[in-house]
Amino acid sequence: MTMTDQTSIASTGPAAAADALVIRDLDLAYRVRGKDRQVLRGVSLRIGRGEAYGLVGESGCGKSTAALAAVRYLPRNGRVRSGSILVDGRDLFKLGGADLRHLRANTVSMVYQDPGRALNPSIRVGRQVAEIFVLKGMPQAEAFRRAAEMLRRVQIADPTSVMERYPHQLSGGMQQRVAIAMALSINPRLLILDEPTTGLDATVEAEVLDLVAKLRGEYETSVLFISHNLAVIARMCDRVGVLYAGTLVEEGTTAEVFANPRHPYTVGLLRCLPRRGRRKDHGRLDTIPGFLPTPGAVIPGCVFAERCGLATDRCHQEAPPLHDLGGRSSRCHYHEKASELPRTTPPDLSAQAVVSREGQPVLRVEKLNKSFGTAQHLVQALRDVSLELWPGETLGLVGESGSGKTTFARVLMGLTGPDAGATLELDGKPLAGRVKERTNEALKSLQIVFQNPDSALNRSHTIRRLIDRSLRKLTNLPSAARLDRLIALTRAVRLADRYLAARPRQLSGGLKQRVAIARAFAGDPRIVVCDEPTSALDVSVQAAILNLLAELQSERKVSYVFISHDLGTVRYLSDRIAVLYLGRLMEIGPAERVFSGPHHPYTEALLSAVPTIDGTAPERVRLKGEIPSAINPPSGCVFHTRCPRQLGEVCRSQEPPLLPGAEPGHFIRCHIPVTGLAVDRRELKSAQGAAE
Amino acid sequence: MSTPQMDMAEARKADSLKSARYERLRLLARSWTFMAGLIIVLFWVGCALFGSALVPQDPFNGDLLNTLAAPSADNWFGTDQLGRDVFSRVIVGARDILTVAPLATILGTILGTTLGLITGYFRGLVDESVSRVIDAILALPLVIIALMALVALGTSNTTVVIVIGVFFAPIVARTVRSAVLSERELDYVAAAQLRGENAFYIMFAEILPNVIPPILVESTVRLGYAIFTVATLSFIGFGIQPPSPDWGLAVSESYGLINGGYWWTVMFDACAIASLVVGVNLVADGIQGALES
Repeated sequence: MTMTDQTSIASTGPAAAADALVIRDLDLAYRVRGKDRQVLRGVSLRIGRGEAYGLVGESGCGKSTAALAAVRYLPRNGRVRSGSILVDGRDLFKLGGADLRHLRANTVSMVYQDPGRALNPSIRVGRQVAEIFVLKGMPQAEAFRRAAEMLRRVQIADPTSVMERYPHQLSGGMQQRVAIAMALSINPRLLILDEPTTGLDATVEAEVLDLVAKLRGEYETSVLFISHNLAVIARMCDRVGVLYAGTLVEEGTTAEVFANPRHPYTVGLLRCLPRRGRRKDHGRLDTIPGFLPTPGAVIPGCVFAERCGLATDRCHQEAPPLHDLGGRSSRCHYHEKASELPRTTPPDLSAQAVVSREGQPVLRVEKLNKSFGTAQHLVQALRDVSLELWPGETLGLVGESGSGKTTFARVLMGLTGPDAGATLELDGKPLAGRVKERTNEALKSLQIVFQNPDSALNRSHTIRRLIDRSLRKLTNLPSAARLDRLIALTRAVRLADRYLAARPRQLSGGLKQRVAIARAFAGDPRIVVCDEPTSALDVSVQAAILNLLAELQSERKVSYVFISHDLGTVRYLSDRIAVLYLGRLMEIGPAERVFSGPHHPYTEALLSAVPTIDGTAPERVRLKGEIPSAINPPSGCVFHTRCPRQLGEVCRSQEPPLLPGAEPGHFIRCHIPVTGLAVDRRELKSAQGAAE
Repeated sequence: MSTPQMDMAEARKADSLKSARYERLRLLARSWTFMAGLIIVLFWVGCALFGSALVPQDPFNGDLLNTLAAPSADNWFGTDQLGRDVFSRVIVGARDILTVAPLATILGTILGTTLGLITGYFRGLVDESVSRVIDAILALPLVIIALMALVALGTSNTTVVIVIGVFFAPIVARTVRSAVLSERELDYVAAAQLRGENAFYIMFAEILPNVIPPILVESTVRLGYAIFTVATLSFIGFGIQPPSPDWGLAVSESYGLINGGYWWTVMFDACAIASLVVGVNLVADGIQGALES
């Protein structure tokens, strides 16, 4: 920012020096069925000029409600009971309709999670962005020129062609850029980002976060950043507030809060994450027991007491005040010993290494191809995928969306048949391509846990019926023995017996996923495919599910194909990892090798896109653009269009074979030899720089 | 893992969700349009069931000395050209139409649901061919087709039920099909296939329970149309046959008399038809509203 800019802002009004957002003692309730359910309890926070403030917490904690309140955009049944909100020094609740509209149009902007829904599907992108300038009274031509300029600022390379398109013709990352461009068009004092990258791939997320960070510097906008992802907050925000059950339980600078949390909830949240390098044989993840209190519950003491390992009688009876700890604060009676929160799972309970590589693999896939569409529009979703899976092993499958992970799972399960010429073998015996042709033995050996339990469990059946039906179809047990098995299974997945009579919608997300896991284990499977089984869950629940999967594996020697876009969870559970890009296997090898390198340039980029809480990320390797269309894949190495290490002609014209990597069982599909890949890119760059 | 706190919290959640169904019923009870419709429908159902025992006069045998009498204390709705008490005939007249129309609707719903499940589940060639036939049937006007079928098959209450039921099946099928198409994409269908369930089980045990709400709404709407169609067919002489005191039939027998000022011979029967159709539609609206909320 230049000197003149600063003076121009300062001269816009007396409030210019005010904080961007001040929330004081906000109590907010939703009126449901004639009763007030309190969702925010005495929340106070302050976001200074140019500051980025993160709000974290699990779903249902009131994060989005706080954001909506900040623009007075609550649902009809939302009611502010007390407190005040000041945006840019103006009291939101004292503003009349016209003033409020003026404020929303000029001072605050919001970017939501799903950009596809924030953009009007029937208006071209250009007109939507230009509309903001037209509303400010600019003539059409000028507005369109400004819109193009805005799009260029959010790093859209070709604004004129993007402006001609409709939102659905843009990818998710592109849509979010347009949404951000629109939000910044008014040069807002306060930008509210509500889970802006949650639906995006890690590589795209990294780009969008970079963009927000860069623009924040340029515009000196204050940011309220809402996310359930602690690492994203750690990367983006100066200060962070931890919200639990509508109460701000801890607040402070991001570095301090995450390095040395002073509230048991923050401690618990941080422990749930499979941090860098943590693996299933190192021990269990910690979890937060219990559940969020229902909205509207009357809690006399500390909101977290019911789930807190440190809670005493005092915590249950007396609500703790917000202790000021000098630049940070914690709402805990025992904040000084928060870090001593006892673990809920013994740390040493490690899964025994159960992989046996003797005899034959449980699954062998060779030359697996899968294409969709007609000869003219052939989409090759999988190309020449060959791999094997050993008993008791977890194979992690990673890649951006569109890389073929889910197609691989569906083909493996026989839900869509592979192209002719593929070999599928289960325990050395040929496996039919389609589920209808598979033997009962094959069906029970190969089961799946889907991403979304709401979709995977029939909502009109009881839990008992859901599990029992699988037992009936996949085992030949008589009914008495089947009942024993049913009880044993529900115990194994830690599901209380009384849920058997319930229907899925009466269960929380984590419990539903347990039911889905119990069902998959009904016929004593040899292989369970887990297709993003924890991505719809909160971190504390995710930890419990990952623990459960690891336990079941060490007990039953089952093999997993574990698909996830979250590299932390993949690393925790996997013995080997396969990296897919445009349906091709780019790298496969032992998990630690794939993570530590030398790795394929694509793997390198995927790894460096993941933000970390401790901020020790390696220098980021940024991929340009997005995953190309599978209809018309690039020539030669399919990754060459985005590859930061591209060699030139050879990469553009010849597809490299899968070559042996750094150790036996490690393969990389790259023209650069392993020794070359082992060289750090930064060194490479400086060497190039010296040469030039 | 299963701590007491967790159980308590979950139990509370289960309780609050269990009451969702009662909540829906309460919502229905609070909707005055639904309640009004329900009262009208229940009134006519009561008439159909017990009317013949309650009516003040014999609806079939009239007093030939007292034909076309205007409404009075003796004959509240007057008498028709055969001297029969119109009030008694209107009350008892609910019986045939409230037998034929619901049966036709049930037949249409069952056929249509089956057809919709099959086309929605199998898609592809099955769907294409059946759907084109459905489109062709829907392009034809109902009453004309019904007339032709009734002429060919002979008129009786049974044939009316069959003709209307068969004609409604494709309409129901279309609604069911679109609901099935979105259900089919859900993973529980894949999960069922993966444990070796056959198509019949998946359609009727897995998918059907989840598409009941749209079927319920559609069949209530169809019932309204069925009542109207039965009345129309009776009016033109191809529906319910004399000497039934059916409303459509009564209107057809007497409408020529309106010019003579004998409005009561037509008016009350016509109002009965209208009130029943309106009542059924109010109920349908109410159900739809409650299911969508």
